[in-house]
Amino acid sequence: MKLNTWFIASAFSALLLTGCAETEDKGANLIESGQNAGGINDAATNGINSNPYGTAGSEFGGPNRGYQPGMYGADAAANLGPEFSDPNNPLSKRTIYFMLDNSQVMPDFVPVISAHARYLVANPSQRIILEGHCDERGSREYNIALGEQRAQSVANMLKLQGVSDNQIEIVSYGEEKPAAFGSDEAAWELNRRAVIDYQGR
Amino acid sequence: MFLFRNVLILLLTGLITPSSHAGLTIEITEGIESALPLAIVPFADSGAPVNIRDIVNANLERSGYFKMMPESYMPAQPGNANEVNFSNWQSLGQNYMVVGKVNNIGGQYEVQFQLLDVYKSNQLLGYRMTSSATDLRRTAHYISDLIFEKLTGKKGAFSGRIAYITTDDSRLHRLQVADADGFNPQNIASSPEPLMSPSWSPDGKRIAYVSFERKSAAIYIQTLATGQRERVAEFRGINGAPSWSPDGGRLALTLSKDGNPDIYILNLATRALSKITKSASIDTEPAWSPDGSTIVFTSDRGGKPQLYAVSSQGGTEKRLTFSGDYNAAASFSPDGKYIAMVHGNGNSYRIGIMDMSTRAINVLTAGPSDESPSFAPNGGMILYASKEGRTGFLSAISIDGKMQQKLVFDGGEVREPAWSP
Repeated sequence: MKLNTWFIASAFSALLLTGCAETEDKGANLIESGQNAGGINDAATNGINSNPYGTAGSEFGGPNRGYQPGMYGADAAANLGPEFSDPNNPLSKRTIYFMLDNSQVMPDFVPVISAHARYLVANPSQRIILEGHCDERGSREYNIALGEQRAQSVANMLKLQGVSDNQIEIVSYGEEKPAAFGSDEAAWELNRRAVIDYQGR
Repeated sequence: MFLFRNVLILLLTGLITPSSHAGLTIEITEGIESALPLAIVPFADSGAPVNIRDIVNANLERSGYFKMMPESYMPAQPGNANEVNFSNWQSLGQNYMVVGKVNNIGGQYEVQFQLLDVYKSNQLLGYRMTSSATDLRRTAHYISDLIFEKLTGKKGAFSGRIAYITTDDSRLHRLQVADADGFNPQNIASSPEPLMSPSWSPDGKRIAYVSFERKSAAIYIQTLATGQRERVAEFRGINGAPSWSPDGGRLALTLSKDGNPDIYILNLATRALSKITKSASIDTEPAWSPDGSTIVFTSDRGGKPQLYAVSSQGGTEKRLTFSGDYNAAASFSPDGKYIAMVHGNGNSYRIGIMDMSTRAINVLTAGPSDESPSFAPNGGMILYASKEGRTGFLSAISIDGKMQQKLVFDGGEVREPAWSP
């Protein structure tokens, strides 16, 4: 099959420069105040706002420059003890990786989940959000469902070890928040994951 | 909204000769169409800010139905049918041509065009319309629709709009709506948290979408003209994949509040929620058939994601797809005869189209990461999201796979296109 392509590059930019020709569509701005001051802009200022990764003007992010656990402050607010930053302690690992199109926890991660289960049982007021994520392949809403199954697999293991249902909230982001950018196996395996995100008490 | 204050049929007596083939249209059947030679002569122009001829030319070329004559091959550039020497154009093998002009009349623009049958030396269409400077692009799209419909017998899709999601380098997500050729983008919503799955209401006035702005998924319905919006689903777990019923009164969606993702229908007037699928596996991505009778959805109940059909009243679920190890994200053609889908084999995800009468799947695109197919309202093109390296862009392909176009957005990644009704 021969594919002819037409490039309509700069189609969008041309209009951004001239601003909005129409005003009938009023966009809702969903940003809460103080959350991301650099991000509040409209189509007319697209592209000149600040970049939280400090890579403005160059290619965005490297293989590991995507969404990281706690990036939006929840982890930091949890005031976790030193055991969470000790690389020899399984509590320092809060990401569980998965095989393609699969939500079964691999044996390597069982000790990590068990360590978090023990901590959560000992600290019953501590709450977590379990994020489910997928790689970019396949359809987006199916990936939302797959990501939820991954988070649920981890949640089920935690609950079997005594963690209360009330301590766990599940949010699936599907492929919407990649930890690594790129379209190769190295990036994909970093993105197929569940993340344990400790919440502030 | 009515676009033009003043639309006059342009009657040019002397040119219109009674034709024995009254109401001449060209019926083009899917799969066997061949591009029609068409010359759009540069319009005689008195300094309009928008080149109407070039927009019409690009629109019609991208449709895949026409072989446009390059300007440099044209023997003359008449601005009016009276000035056309038909025998010159006949000898160049042109079936049809368009001539026109734009006049500036006190800040307004008067746009006139005529569609001519070169061999019969007569006029098929003639319009004169007045447009403000800001409406000139819309005028050009409207002219494209008129020409397209006259020559193909199918409604044009050039006046339509597309909704899509973009993310810029600051990870700000936006839901935007633009003209079908990518111009005139309008911000509908923006959030540092993901936005997903825009779905148009059948009247084109509202969009349902998923927003994670409250740190978990919720479904919103937003009225484009006012910006007013309403949260219609925020259950525990997934609130996803909204899809408007053809009658506009219901929303099919995916909820996992009972433990795993199932398809539900929300009655927008009564807010009554009915559960349509009840499997223990993933059921998601509902798509309504245009007659409202059937919902096609994605399920992994057989181990891999495949498409299934169920009555919109609920009931027995029937598997539709058996080829390929991944079939998801169904979108019905407006006539209900086809379903477009994401068709995966190994590491390649491409856009496929299934003929509902034979169930045969024809793979249209090259992949490897094509997703989110959406039919144009005229059924002739499928808009989808694709990726080249890290850059997500939108593409449209004719349903016979012969014509493809690409929309590159230089402000970041673009995905999840939805063509307005």
